[in-house]
Amino acid sequence: MSHAEEALPLEKPLFTPGVFLLLGLITIGLGFAVYRYIFGLGSMTNLNDQYPWGIWIGVDVASGVALAAGGFTTSALAHIFHREHFHAIVRPALLTAMLGYTFVGLSLMVDLGKYYNIWHPILPSMWQGNSALFEVAMCVMCYLTVLYLEFVPILIEGLKGKLNLPAPLDRLRGPVESLLKQGWVQQIVELADRFFGKIMFLLVIAGVVLSCMHQSSLGALMAIAPYKVHPLWYSPVMTLLFLMSAVAVGYPMVIFESIWASRAFGRKPEMEILTPLAKLIPFFVGAYIVAKISDLVIRDAYVYLFDGSFQSMMFVLEFGFGVLLPFFLLLSDRVRRSPTGLFICAALYVILGVLLNRINVFVVAYKPPYAEGPYIPSIGEVAITVAMISTLILCYRVIVSILPVLPAPEGEEGSHAAKA
Amino acid sequence: MAINRRDLFKLAFAGGGAALANPSAHARASSGHELDPDRWGMLVDTTRCIGCRHCEWACKKQNELPSAPLTQFGDTSVFETLRRPDATSYTVVNRFAGPEGEGSPVYVKVQCMHCDYPACVSACLVGAFEKVKSGSIQYDAWKCMGCRYCMVACPFQVPAYEYFNALTPVVRKCTFCFERVSKEEKFPACAHICPNEVMTFGRRADLLKAARERIAREPKKYIPHIYGEHEVGGTAWLYLSSVPFGELGLPVLGHTPVVQLNETVQHAIFKHFVPPIALYSFLGAMMWMHRDKKE
Repeated sequence: MSHAEEALPLEKPLFTPGVFLLLGLITIGLGFAVYRYIFGLGSMTNLNDQYPWGIWIGVDVASGVALAAGGFTTSALAHIFHREHFHAIVRPALLTAMLGYTFVGLSLMVDLGKYYNIWHPILPSMWQGNSALFEVAMCVMCYLTVLYLEFVPILIEGLKGKLNLPAPLDRLRGPVESLLKQGWVQQIVELADRFFGKIMFLLVIAGVVLSCMHQSSLGALMAIAPYKVHPLWYSPVMTLLFLMSAVAVGYPMVIFESIWASRAFGRKPEMEILTPLAKLIPFFVGAYIVAKISDLVIRDAYVYLFDGSFQSMMFVLEFGFGVLLPFFLLLSDRVRRSPTGLFICAALYVILGVLLNRINVFVVAYKPPYAEGPYIPSIGEVAITVAMISTLILCYRVIVSILPVLPAPEGEEGSHAAKA
Repeated sequence: MAINRRDLFKLAFAGGGAALANPSAHARASSGHELDPDRWGMLVDTTRCIGCRHCEWACKKQNELPSAPLTQFGDTSVFETLRRPDATSYTVVNRFAGPEGEGSPVYVKVQCMHCDYPACVSACLVGAFEKVKSGSIQYDAWKCMGCRYCMVACPFQVPAYEYFNALTPVVRKCTFCFERVSKEEKFPACAHICPNEVMTFGRRADLLKAARERIAREPKKYIPHIYGEHEVGGTAWLYLSSVPFGELGLPVLGHTPVVQLNETVQHAIFKHFVPPIALYSFLGAMMWMHRDKKE
């Protein structure tokens, strides 16, 4: 199942100006986080009794989960439907999903009033099966475990001779190598390798099932508040719409990330994989469009489309520019073959079509009956969200530098073995 | 007066004997089918309220919330803005314009409605909320994670949060004076102090009857609508009024419980885990088929 020879650690210096920028943003966010833990949520957020949920839920949690959909959609494509051609993109997508879900958990540690009780859903005595949030919590916990397990073979492969330790980690090279030469260590690695080789197919399917379950349950969260959510988004089939848009965002997210990474690391975009992948997108986005429009028509909610409200404008931005526009653009073969065109389309759907959709559902559409004004995130909330995303990108950068995640650039295959 | 408060209280004890004798006999009623026919109710007749706000003071005292002395509750300037219950006040009284042609304003007390199909109970993922047999919605701060989904779910926007408590913030709302009523056998503090008998405490079923009688007796005084009888499936707190409730700051809600959609979907998916298992098997089959083709 694994195409080991194709992936290699990134051979670039770790400390680039971009990395320093990320570290700066993370430091700012950390400052606000410290303030939040000392003085409470009210001290640095604009959350209140009217607006209990803000961007930490809309962006960090809901969008974090949605944008991690690349993980299960690519692993389904490559491992379940055995489209061998796409193997090279599975690992980066898996890493993104793993980090994405980890940061959903971390963001909750900031958002939850009693963050130290985050483990409570594990206790059977507290299980509350009627709650959509319970389902989300259980599935996310299980899926995060599955993602870590799915990642183990990559770690094993690294330990078996593909480990890269860029400065300042290179000081560890000596001890790590001598440890890896120990007989018992090699035995454990070998055993784990065989074990995971055998159970991997179970994990892959479990990952897809768990993803389908909580991606949809996430859409059910707001279904309990029919009087508070704007009718452009509130729908009895929100569950289905969330699942469909998450499935549809999987490949655009992978493309977005892959082209971005290629540019950042000075490589050629892998168009020979991405163009065929992009060909699949219109099917999924198209299905979502049909569902979304039918929903608006059946509920007669389209009347709110042009009422000039802030909500209606956000909807047009989301659906018009984030869903319909990339859908039609991606029908063109020329767009799919152009790295820039493909990147723009993928970015539109990722950022406007799904990220903005989740923000709209959880924040923009939320109108409490006794609202004294709109909710606007505070600087602290934004800073912490930015810091979370920065940490995620930094972790990605560090992990792809150490472990064989990214596909080897052309002509470099095999050259690494000598170094390790 | 057809129904005397004391009588009603006795009735509540006689009828709801089981609930009161054993207050720990909890029944999850979020799916509705376990609602006790003798569960508590409170009838608020807004036509009687004079806006003295003694109930606000009594509530704070009962629940040990920070409070000014009773004398300061005569201050009517608070009525200039619409107030909401918050983490330090479980109930507030607001003033609204009265019926057309009459000069007198209408005062409306708000607090947790103690729904029959409570959204907070259904929403809470760790079961920190519970509708106990007597009908009161109880909150267990120890279970709570502070996710505030209950606040998102509540159609009345009632649960309030201690946003400025950094270590042990909890959700705050009216308890229906559960301990006071079931252990001390007293009325809820607000009803007890009310000088004008605005509130009548008793079995919800009896209160509905009483409310209908009042409307029938004085059809010119009351609008023919008992707020809370059917709203979101019914609430323990019931309101009578001389003007439409939409003009009194109470949300206009349908009869369907807000929990219904999610609970139906959740149950459909997780009753016997059929859909996840079916999906798992389907994907397994797909994997197998495609592997065959490849080799």
